[in-house]
Amino acid sequence: MAVSFVLNGKPQTVDVNPQMPLLWVLRDTLNLTGTKFGCGMALCGACTVHINGEATRSCVTPVSSVAGKKVTTIEGLSAEGNHPVQQAWIALDVPQCGYCQSGQIMQAADLLAKNPHPSDAQIDEAMSGNICRCGTYQRIREAIHQAAKMRAGAGERPATTTEDENEVAMAAAGLRAGEDGGLGAGVAGGAE
Amino acid sequence: MSATALKFNRRDFLKTGATGAAGLVVGFYFSGASRALAELAPVPEGGFAPNAWIRILPDDTITMVIDRSEMGQGVITSISMLIAEELECDWKKIAWEFAPADPAYFNPIFKMQGTGGSMSTRGGWEPMLKAGASAREMLIAAAAQKWGVEKSDCRAQDSAVLHKKTGKRASYGSLASAAGALPVPADVALKDSKSYWLVGKPTKRLDAAVKTNGRAGFGIDVREPNMLHAVVARCPVFGGKVGSFDAAKAKAVPGVKDVVQISTGIAVVADNTWNAMQGRQALEIKWDEGALAGLDSAGISKMFAERAEKPGVVARKEGDAETAMAGAAKKVEAVYEAPYLAHSTMEPMNCTAHVQAERCDVWAPTQFQTINLGTAAKITGLKPEQVHIHTTYLGGGFGRRAEQDFVVEAVETSKAVGAPVQVTWSREDDTQHDFYRPASYARFAAGLDAEGWPVAWTVRIASPSIMAVFFPGSITNGLDSSSVEGASDMAYAVPNILVDYQLTDPGVPVGFWRSVGASQNGFFSESFVDEVAAAGKKDPYEFRRKLLAKAPRHLAVLEMAAEKAGWGKPLPKGRYRGIAMVKAFDTYVAEVAEISLDHKDGTVTVHRVVCAIDCGKVVNPLTIEAQMQGGIVYGLTAALKGEITLDHGRVQQGNFDDYQMLRINEMPAVEVHIVPSEEAPTGCGEPGVPPIAPAVCNAIFAATGKRIRKLPIRPEELTG
Repeated sequence: MAVSFVLNGKPQTVDVNPQMPLLWVLRDTLNLTGTKFGCGMALCGACTVHINGEATRSCVTPVSSVAGKKVTTIEGLSAEGNHPVQQAWIALDVPQCGYCQSGQIMQAADLLAKNPHPSDAQIDEAMSGNICRCGTYQRIREAIHQAAKMRAGAGERPATTTEDENEVAMAAAGLRAGEDGGLGAGVAGGAE
Repeated sequence: MSATALKFNRRDFLKTGATGAAGLVVGFYFSGASRALAELAPVPEGGFAPNAWIRILPDDTITMVIDRSEMGQGVITSISMLIAEELECDWKKIAWEFAPADPAYFNPIFKMQGTGGSMSTRGGWEPMLKAGASAREMLIAAAAQKWGVEKSDCRAQDSAVLHKKTGKRASYGSLASAAGALPVPADVALKDSKSYWLVGKPTKRLDAAVKTNGRAGFGIDVREPNMLHAVVARCPVFGGKVGSFDAAKAKAVPGVKDVVQISTGIAVVADNTWNAMQGRQALEIKWDEGALAGLDSAGISKMFAERAEKPGVVARKEGDAETAMAGAAKKVEAVYEAPYLAHSTMEPMNCTAHVQAERCDVWAPTQFQTINLGTAAKITGLKPEQVHIHTTYLGGGFGRRAEQDFVVEAVETSKAVGAPVQVTWSREDDTQHDFYRPASYARFAAGLDAEGWPVAWTVRIASPSIMAVFFPGSITNGLDSSSVEGASDMAYAVPNILVDYQLTDPGVPVGFWRSVGASQNGFFSESFVDEVAAAGKKDPYEFRRKLLAKAPRHLAVLEMAAEKAGWGKPLPKGRYRGIAMVKAFDTYVAEVAEISLDHKDGTVTVHRVVCAIDCGKVVNPLTIEAQMQGGIVYGLTAALKGEITLDHGRVQQGNFDDYQMLRINEMPAVEVHIVPSEEAPTGCGEPGVPPIAPAVCNAIFAATGKRIRKLPIRPEELTG
């Protein structure tokens, strides 16, 4: 079955089993491998992407459910890997093996879009679905605080173009957002 | 990432020119100025490859060939730092590639190309410094020749050679061609460490950018043209085999291309991973479960206990422990137990292989390239030089990726179907078909004199042996030193010591798990030391201090951790401390854990961990800090949650719901303090792990008076 959605700002159509999880469509059908497989049961967060701006576990998301929606993966989070969360991750030397970090970053970007200045407790709550076996949690916490400061310094709207590209592509593809979420998903700051 | 960008095609070049003359220069070299996993290209005319680790292109790009596996421990950065220090190159323009499998890259300690045992810095320190220094001397010689000046009047800095008197400057790139025509110096003098500008300085890791934008290519990310995806159905019982199988329903699943029997089970091959998984679900297999079908955890525990009744192979004997014990004023005895543990790398096991008539390519997140090469050559019948091992980033290693099973499966499946195949393990496959940290059982006894100081110390350990399978030649008289490390090397001054070992193998596959024997023996020993201190009515820190009077490096980390943690100073109400110190892989680590306990439900919360480490000369303090944080999380996860149990020969855990991991909300504040040292550098990947479990359990004793003698810590035993 053909499923159409907007992927990292560009219209995308895939012809696959509608039950196939978005994770495997991204990784195996589209060769977009930045989104990782960790558990297949939404237990570890390695597969986290944004669907209409919401952090979502792609390993349990049938591809049919994203029809008409905007999907953003780590590859599309920012034009040049310079989303404040990515910059803070580099500045604080967060990654070790790096395997879980796509998911961590997508989750952290979602947190900051909704809560520009999270406390440690709010960080813990938002990030506790993302496992890191290397134990980078302490630096993740620090980096989220740093990213929050960077976003604030950038006037609450960092220089990412994803959201705008999504809008253009949605229009070009004649796609409309699904009932749940809606275009822009009411994300404060649009940091996606 | 596109398939094109992820192509790993490597072109090997037997080096010519400068390389022919040198003893330290061997074998292959491959080239290209690109970073990470971008396609490699031949060195353009005029490129300079002084040895196996460095290549310098005319455009001044300097590429480090990284011969150790990057599994998070920061080895790309630390090896590059060592080379760059002596090469005097511009740190901002470093590129890197992972080395092919070649004898040039053997670890000098274990004579194979592999990464483990916290040995990358220990083994690589001098060779990497020398590689950089040798290249630098050749570049200086080339400049001196070009300018007609003395070498001694030239110096190197920021990827250029400078001539003091004339002010002339030549970039390394401009000298590359000329340097390549010069002989490699037979020996080079290394810098005084006091003049280091890079080594020892906090340095950000080189691979952070590719690990934040999704572009770091892990094994599971390999995408070869026409590649198929496979999953393997394996017998749920260890040692079991396929009895019979019916592939009809599996083959009827859309996308499934083939179903083939391989040595580990039945491989279902499809156009994508998910379809392969659907095919595997539809597969009908009758297993021949074999001899271990009745194995369960209670039986294994009983087996250990029975074996530990009888004397074992002596691992350490000093004085006469038996007589001293008999004459002691007080005797303390305890039995400790630790469970099997899975590694649970975030990237599940996987491997990609392409077997062709005259060539075999293996793309693997691997810790042991030399063995991979031999494994693939054996399966394919090809010559070793026809096998090409491409090391990817590793999504965690922890010892799991020292094994060969994932490589075997990919090579056998590709050979069977005649196409490139990626075999991916589900999380359940990964948890249930691991080579586990051995379960282990230890009987301790200590004899105390009238003042409460130990005069006799005996330990008997019953556990499976990793080396018996991995390196059988290393077992002498039934003693696997890795099974007793962390106990037999106990540093406390006790005049009479006996440590013996009963190799006890229930049949569950075992392997290297971050910090190996010290992971359980460190817990046993450092908990029992605490028991002995308490029996003699001594403060656990002061007790250790006194017994370490003649062990200065142990003592220094212990004192540093205690001081930074404020040992002896009052804590907020409800907070308790515990301390532990373990030497592992020649690195000394002490940790103080600060905990609280919910007496209603027995939940232990670890608030703060203060860690002190002595790993000799420091390469990168930022890496040491990260590795200590990571080791503490790894050890704390095991202490609080980790337990693989068996029933009917099957592992009962599968995914992160029933084999749980520490999460960010449980992360203590970790402080890392490094003891300044000019001793030979040692590793830091593993030694952070062992002290955390005993430090936490000793804190629990301080809080409750209860001893945790069997891991993991069970809240239900700590209520009230």
